[in-house]
Amino acid sequence: MSDIADRVKKIVVEHLGVEEDKVVESASFIDDLGADSLDTVELVMAFEEEFGIEIPDDAAETIQTVGDAVTFIKGAV
Amino acid sequence: MKETAMFDLTGKTALVTGASGGIGRAIAEALHAAGATVALSGTREAPLRELAARLGERAHVVPANLSEPEAAAGLIKDAAGAMGSVDILVNNAGITRDNLFMRMSDEEWAQVLEVNLSSVFRLSRAALRPMMKARWGRIVNITSVVGATGNPGQGNYAAAKAGLMGMSKSLAHEVASRGITVNCVAPGFIETAMTDKLNDDQKGKILGQIPAGRMGAPSEIAAAVLYLASPEAGYVTGATLHVNGGMAMV
Repeated sequence: MSDIADRVKKIVVEHLGVEEDKVVESASFIDDLGADSLDTVELVMAFEEEFGIEIPDDAAETIQTVGDAVTFIKGAV
Repeated sequence: MKETAMFDLTGKTALVTGASGGIGRAIAEALHAAGATVALSGTREAPLRELAARLGERAHVVPANLSEPEAAAGLIKDAAGAMGSVDILVNNAGITRDNLFMRMSDEEWAQVLEVNLSSVFRLSRAALRPMMKARWGRIVNITSVVGATGNPGQGNYAAAKAGLMGMSKSLAHEVASRGITVNCVAPGFIETAMTDKLNDDQKGKILGQIPAGRMGAPSEIAAAVLYLASPEAGYVTGATLHVNGGMAMV
């Protein structure tokens, strides 16, 4: 099983169609990676599927950056 | 049977609510005839079973009482369980609790808004997730000419139907980039059990307002739904298709 951070980055690259080197921990989905609000909903859906977890709406709202996602998922799996 | 070139729904799955009523039944029949697998929903199970038996293969029965707020998410789950997915959602279920505005009770207002508007919100919300993933989806909401024109005695019904149109347009904006369209079909007076109850005098008055000089057939509503559900209508979203014999040209 590959590292959680790598799997998160792979999903973000695929979903948003951005360069891999831009997907750093501090990158904001909306401000740095060009996601719109619907993209962020879809990213959360993709994370849920990849990691077999449920991300409730109030938690999803706090996931703003790549690092936020990795931290949340590490705590949830 | 010869395959039709246009409006072919082979391989698609469709959930039709209110499928025990005249219009809902016609919609289910039309989608099924176009090749779709259909899930028939309604509160009365017997007529749904009858319809499913008549349609034969590719027809499932998924009863639900949409006056209960929890029922919506369960219904989408049941329909997806039976068919594998819900590619097309036709929100046709509706009730009336007519009364003069000044006499209308909170309950009459709330019941109609619950079934005709809030349940459509919940059903659509639950259906959207897999549609987003599939990058394809069709939501068709059955409204009414009275949502555009108003009608005495139907303040609650007209509010719910007009609400559906605004809701559909907002949702259409949000999901258009994902290959999902959201549209409304607004019937005028259609020959159903509901309009059968009208006496000749009432019917005469109604026909006087309809340039086509007749009531519509359920199949004429179904044809509009079939079009909006089809791959060919992929560039139509946020629209209301009025099917009313010219009664209101809006």
